Amino acid sequence: MTPKFAPGVRLHEDKARARWIVMAPERMFIPDETALEVLRLVDGARDEAAIVTLLAEKFAAPAEEIGADVGEMLRDLIAKGALRE
Amino acid sequence: MSAIEPPLALLAELTHRCPLRCSYCSNPTELTRAREELTTAEWARVFREAAALGCLQLHLSGGEPTARRDIVEITAAAREAGLYSNLITSGVLLNAALMARLVKAGLDHVQLSVQDADEAGAERIGGMRGAQAKKREAAALVRASGLPLTLNAVVHRQNLHNLSALIDIALDWGAQRLEVAHVQYYGWALANRDALLPTRAQLDVATRIVDEARLKHRGRLVIDYVVPDYHAARPKACMGGWGRRFLAVSPAGEVLPCHAAKSITGMVFPNIRDTSLEAAWTGSDAFNAFRGTDWMPKPCQGCEHAERDWGGCRCQAFALTGDAAKTDPACALSPDHGLLAAAVAEAGETRFRYREFS
Repeated sequence: MTPKFAPGVRLHEDKARARWIVMAPERMFIPDETALEVLRLVDGARDEAAIVTLLAEKFAAPAEEIGADVGEMLRDLIAKGALRE
Repeated sequence: MSAIEPPLALLAELTHRCPLRCSYCSNPTELTRAREELTTAEWARVFREAAALGCLQLHLSGGEPTARRDIVEITAAAREAGLYSNLITSGVLLNAALMARLVKAGLDHVQLSVQDADEAGAERIGGMRGAQAKKREAAALVRASGLPLTLNAVVHRQNLHNLSALIDIALDWGAQRLEVAHVQYYGWALANRDALLPTRAQLDVATRIVDEARLKHRGRLVIDYVVPDYHAARPKACMGGWGRRFLAVSPAGEVLPCHAAKSITGMVFPNIRDTSLEAAWTGSDAFNAFRGTDWMPKPCQGCEHAERDWGGCRCQAFALTGDAAKTDPACALSPDHGLLAAAVAEAGETRFRYREFS
């Protein structure tokens, strides 16, 4: 699966409040730390496996462990309408 | 008072010019002419200052924002400033070329208005022949562009009977969101209140239709519902509180805590041509007049709802009582609450006074 942002949705740095925020039509939400790590790697070209590999390297953790977390996070963000497959 | 928080959203009223003449238009009854409008460069400066101040969302509105010849440049300036841009449009001036240029400029979202479900009704309410077909075409252009589409239906006494059909139009035109917004009574709408105020029975039917449609179309269409103050017991938290979350800039550059604030006669608002947006937000008398809870009269003072509804709407308090510092009469605890029921009882006019330049 290659996730991409849904139309009208983007990740934005909210500098005034020192945080990142997901902007969507008429709403916004603040991703938690794990979601933010995943969202920053979503570019419409990287597939799920590539995202897992990058995060496994970054956090020096087993790919299987990271893979389960990323999979769950992606499904959640798709259910929220922020991402699409 | 605690530290002033940065604003989240800016409403840019780019122009008061509009091909439609809706009798509930949210513009002031005294409209600004084209020659007084801010330039492209002035808007770009406003957007940069808004983003630096902490604004995230920008609503490009009017009047009809696409009546500005520089709407593409203005949209590009919004994107360059890092703002999430929402074009609030009637759609009647949109064409494929303009749509493509707006997308390229970085527009994020389109909110398209619809006046009624049936063509004759829509064109009578909006005061423009041929508008409905153009709106349908505009919706198709937005859909084809890949941008998300919200349909905005302002509802009132003379179109509530078509609410189910309006929901069908939202589905048919491919909107992902529908705003069903009961008229708010300021400016033109206040002048037309007798022709627009719904009955209690109409409101109850509308609320039921919205509740049912939300369930039926879950996952396909999100419906936002704005209820009318005149049948309320609790006032709305207008703008999330005066000077707390939101600011508007008028076509001529006035910085306002809400787009209707100019209806409060005697209040002086800062202008972007004389001051920075930050100075207007943090330091102006207008923004500080009703910030927080210190200004509140009884029964707001000490009320458990004071920091939830912030005393309701200042413009409505002024419109109905002549004093902007009073409790919003929409609150059942207000000594003026009876004014709303009296207005509902008097309503029943069918003719509109159309919006026009004086």
